[in-house]
Amino acid sequence: MDMILELDDYRVYYKTLSGYVKAVDGVNLSVAEHEIIGLIGESGCGKSTLALSLALPKPPMKIMGGKANFLGIDLTRIPWKKRREILLSKLSIIPQYALDSLPVIKKIRDFLRDIARDKGVDEEKVFERFKERINFIGLPREVIDMYPIELSGGMRQRVVIALATLFSPALLIADEPTSALDVTTQRHVLELFSELRDNNIVGSIIFVTHDIASVRQIADKLAVMYAGKVVEYGDLEEVIREPLHPYTRGLIKAVPTLGINYKKKRLKGLAGSPPSLLNPPPGCRFAPRCPYAREECRINDPPTIVLDGYRTVKCWLYTRR
Amino acid sequence: MAQHNIKLKDLTKIFSLGLLGKKRIVAVDRVNLEIKSGEILGVLGESGCGKTTMARMILRLLRPTSGKIFFDNIDVWGLKKWSEIREYYKNVQGIFQDPYASFNPRRRVLDSLYDTMRFLPDIAHDISKSREYLREILNSVGLKLEELENKYPHQLSGGQLQRVAIARALIPHPIFIVADEPVSMVDASTRIDILNIFIDLKQEYGVSPVIIGHDYSLAYYVSDRIVVLYRGQIVEEGSPEVLEDPAHPYTKLLKESVPLINRKWSKKFKPNIVAYDATVRGKGCIFAHRCPFRKPVCIEKEPPIVSLGRSKVRCWLYATN
Repeated sequence: MDMILELDDYRVYYKTLSGYVKAVDGVNLSVAEHEIIGLIGESGCGKSTLALSLALPKPPMKIMGGKANFLGIDLTRIPWKKRREILLSKLSIIPQYALDSLPVIKKIRDFLRDIARDKGVDEEKVFERFKERINFIGLPREVIDMYPIELSGGMRQRVVIALATLFSPALLIADEPTSALDVTTQRHVLELFSELRDNNIVGSIIFVTHDIASVRQIADKLAVMYAGKVVEYGDLEEVIREPLHPYTRGLIKAVPTLGINYKKKRLKGLAGSPPSLLNPPPGCRFAPRCPYAREECRINDPPTIVLDGYRTVKCWLYTRR
Repeated sequence: MAQHNIKLKDLTKIFSLGLLGKKRIVAVDRVNLEIKSGEILGVLGESGCGKTTMARMILRLLRPTSGKIFFDNIDVWGLKKWSEIREYYKNVQGIFQDPYASFNPRRRVLDSLYDTMRFLPDIAHDISKSREYLREILNSVGLKLEELENKYPHQLSGGQLQRVAIARALIPHPIFIVADEPVSMVDASTRIDILNIFIDLKQEYGVSPVIIGHDYSLAYYVSDRIVVLYRGQIVEEGSPEVLEDPAHPYTKLLKESVPLINRKWSKKFKPNIVAYDATVRGKGCIFAHRCPFRKPVCIEKEPPIVSLGRSKVRCWLYATN
């Protein structure tokens, strides 16, 4: 399968007065054509930084190294002008809280005009394309002449999705696009992402979330991030059925599902909290919370082990010796 | 143990909107509910269903438009003297969604806890006694006094600070704790541990939590009894098992829409997500506009509350004439 994005030892740090916060620290990850990859992790694990840095790296965010090969372009060293060209048309992003970031005093139509001017495309064409999209998404055509405040949260998020997919990007990065929505709307919006992919409106999707149950519904692959690193990667079904990394195992066990009441079964969360990314521990970053941690886990960073094909896990437990 | 209760009688809150207050939003609509000590009550509802408004009225933070709240047959909003109100807060305490907004950011968290000790004048005047008292309370929520020493709220993680908030609510040893979305800002891996604290509080300390939330499986996990709210009304009420096989069409819709880690959505079901105008209320059932089982009577007349053995449902489908 052709890869659309390949991250190789990708690093993004934040510069602060007390040093670098290593938010994304040596990530290797590939996204194939026509696939939805779920990127999950707790708050502060670097998942949003990873997502945002690919599309819109801004200070104090600093790309410190590695490669990010996107359709033959290295995103880590592309000039701003070139980046503007590919944004929206090839690479598109729905940042977190995008639904609350639409311009307050502009009608959607005026906002589309801005996009048309920026992209150097005919206005009417953009309006037409937008109407096509909202038709697909299931919003009334009148939306184009409304102000964002006239729309409900779910409608606004769908407008954002329509805007982000106007030019049929090869890769769409969506950062927590459903966490602000109600359960019933959430399902609709989640399913929309797979429909957009199935109808070739977008190529591949990186779906960033903290909610493993919702990513379960739409993704093909799953990457689990912990403290700036990808600790496990594989087919979503496989990872959920048989999680390998102790963190993934703990996370899945800590998520309740329908039919489990405390009287029947007590669930347990993961003790402790993630390390500071300013001065992360030398060995495995999960070691302080890991029930299987051994001596070497605290000293050396574990390698990423490739198991049958492309499934990977970053843990000393799976090294052969 | 003596039985205590909080009774809501026709509790209503109407917010006025617009220039002359002409638009009205009925946030809580004639709610009748008895909260008994010795059980964990889960209140489940989407945003805008009035769950927070209800909590704020019980906690005397928001005056009801009409209706009454009784704590052990004392009218809560009829209390006049500060000493009586204080006595009420000794028995009924609250915890809120955002722990960072619940603490003064410029004070050390332990100082905030010492402030609350004034509920207990016998202990509060003795610093070493108070310290021991706090140590014990912090232990019961899984924290050590020493790790909080000299810490400001921003230096703690969301999960830790929410534990401190629970500890603060426990200081007067209340009978009820009303917790409004206590885990929605806590990470997935530690969420379950916070819920377990509430369960322990009930089992070991005789505190009865009222847990308000939007998460279907979390509500199922933590509750002894469940109340489902929609647009200010209780639509279904019963044991948590009701959520596995709900009777009310709204609860059914919720159940189908909620993402679960061990289930993939069926393609057949399409959630109906018509947006509604919160300021408009018909004379019939509040769910009629979205209900797939709607009958003419549903639009004409308010449904009765029907007892189905294990649950009570507000729906015409189950009414026998």
